[in-house]
Amino acid sequence: MFRRLDAPAGQVAARTVRITVDGAAVDCREGDSVAAALFAAGMPACRDTAVSGVARGPFCMMGVCYDCLVGIDGRPNQQACMTRVRDGMAVTAQRGAREVVV
Amino acid sequence: MSAARPHEGARTAAHHGEGAPVKQPMSTTCELLVIGAGPAGLAAATRAAGLGLDTVLIDEQPAPGGQIYRAVSSTPVQDRAILGADYWHGLSLLEPFSKSGARHIAGAMVWAVNRQDDGFEVAYSITAAGQEPQAGLLHCRHVIVATGAQERPFPIPGWTLPGVITAGAAQILLKTSAVVPTGTTVLAGGGPLLYLLAWQYLNAGVEIHAILETTPPGQWRQALPHAWGFLRSPYLGKGLKLLRAVKDKVPVIGGVDALEAIANAQGQLAQLRYVVDGETRTIAVDQLLLHQGVVPNTNLSRAIGADHAWSERQDCWEPVVDAWGATSVPQVTMAGDGAGIAGAVAAEHRGRIAAVHAAASLGRLDVAERDREAAPHRALLARAIRGREFFEALYRAPQNFRRPVGDTIVCRCEEATAEQVRQAARMGCQGPNQMKAFLRCGMGPCQGRFCGLTVTELIADEQQRHPRDVGYYRIRFPIKPVTLGEIATLPQTQASRDAVVRFRK
Repeated sequence: MFRRLDAPAGQVAARTVRITVDGAAVDCREGDSVAAALFAAGMPACRDTAVSGVARGPFCMMGVCYDCLVGIDGRPNQQACMTRVRDGMAVTAQRGAREVVV
Repeated sequence: MSAARPHEGARTAAHHGEGAPVKQPMSTTCELLVIGAGPAGLAAATRAAGLGLDTVLIDEQPAPGGQIYRAVSSTPVQDRAILGADYWHGLSLLEPFSKSGARHIAGAMVWAVNRQDDGFEVAYSITAAGQEPQAGLLHCRHVIVATGAQERPFPIPGWTLPGVITAGAAQILLKTSAVVPTGTTVLAGGGPLLYLLAWQYLNAGVEIHAILETTPPGQWRQALPHAWGFLRSPYLGKGLKLLRAVKDKVPVIGGVDALEAIANAQGQLAQLRYVVDGETRTIAVDQLLLHQGVVPNTNLSRAIGADHAWSERQDCWEPVVDAWGATSVPQVTMAGDGAGIAGAVAAEHRGRIAAVHAAASLGRLDVAERDREAAPHRALLARAIRGREFFEALYRAPQNFRRPVGDTIVCRCEEATAEQVRQAARMGCQGPNQMKAFLRCGMGPCQGRFCGLTVTELIADEQQRHPRDVGYYRIRFPIKPVTLGEIATLPQTQASRDAVVRFRK
């Protein structure tokens, strides 16, 4: 599990941004990547793999490993670590392989 | 710097003027394109603009800094004692850059660089908040590739489980969002970053259960011949102080020979099994943070066609570059860790040297001016890399953690295991490219970034060949996954229209 460090006294806290993850509301800090928000919310897994269907989550946090792929506002295969949270953003865990949408 | 936010960068780049719609196709021209806004790229772009080159710096992240200075202008971790002075040094690169006149395209993923007439055509994508990704084209005469480093693959059983992340990833969580582990956290592997992260966690009041050191206990003997350089290194005192601070507070278990992450019923990390002195121990853990060094991120330099060579000292591929960073491809120069690991301070100086070289190769400086301009950077670079060989030998990733066996996953994307790769190699598989046909390894979205080195080494192991002879995946553009929809947003040229119209009746 992960937690957020307490903001030092006197420091203005960042704005809170509310997203949903599979329909559940998650409050995040403005400027968070989706992946950071998932960790802070106690969700280290965000998808099931395309090959064997096992749980996976963000691994490298720098756009290299593609293990953090999620659906964002209906678009599949989005890198959670490369996408910043936005009010009202709908994040969905990705279960297995994507289908081709024509 | 003419833009800070992605869509503004895109708009500026599109030359449509203020108020133009973002959806317009994006295209721009410049003399020098610098790819990557870490220390090398920032320093290169600043120096090049100072030499009068029309320069664009393009980068994937919303703000410059690269991974080493990630979020340095926006981090919520404002107590400077936590991340330390070396991190905050990154700020000193930002202001000169913003005043340099170089343009900045932020939040842009470069996916192709094609040679064209007297230069290059570069394709990239920007995804503005809540919008479809938009692709753009950029034309330039010289490219400085400053794509930096990534974590060396650390293929142990269970390294794919949720709950296991790289130490670099954990550090990015701290820098960007002040998100830190809670519960039982173990750091495992070796190398300076592992201890730097531990030190930063201690500064932030984060509890670390243990550090499992995989560096063989006798490895300092291999490093000893390089000790002279290390003893004169400007970073010696600082490094030892940091190491001592960590070892005072965190149990360090040395000589760990094997590591295995074990899942619970939900498929998430629950236990860590490790072997030390022939004894197997199992502990309950919440987080496992892995690190065994960093390696150059070579996908772009390979796709561009630059020659690469196997580094014996660092057990990885490096682009072949001269003292200026020039590659085998004319007008393509590399700077920073992407050209071979030497660290963040060296990266800055290598960036400036590359910029001077670019200015000379574009006819702005003659040879004498070039050498004179580069001299101070060379002196500082020599100082910055003093003692590197010692570190490389001391923290060399052990063979048993680079060349896995059995069911350990090698290719995270396609879930190919070490034994599958080894078996294919025993059957006579010729190399990494044929391995794709056997197992699909290297064909997932990461495009071999987390399996390529391991596949090369496993084939070398099974066939008793040298990694240099085994070779690497052939990397082609696009070097990151793009959708057809993205490609369709590219600006159209007469040539691209003709290519389609030709086939019309």
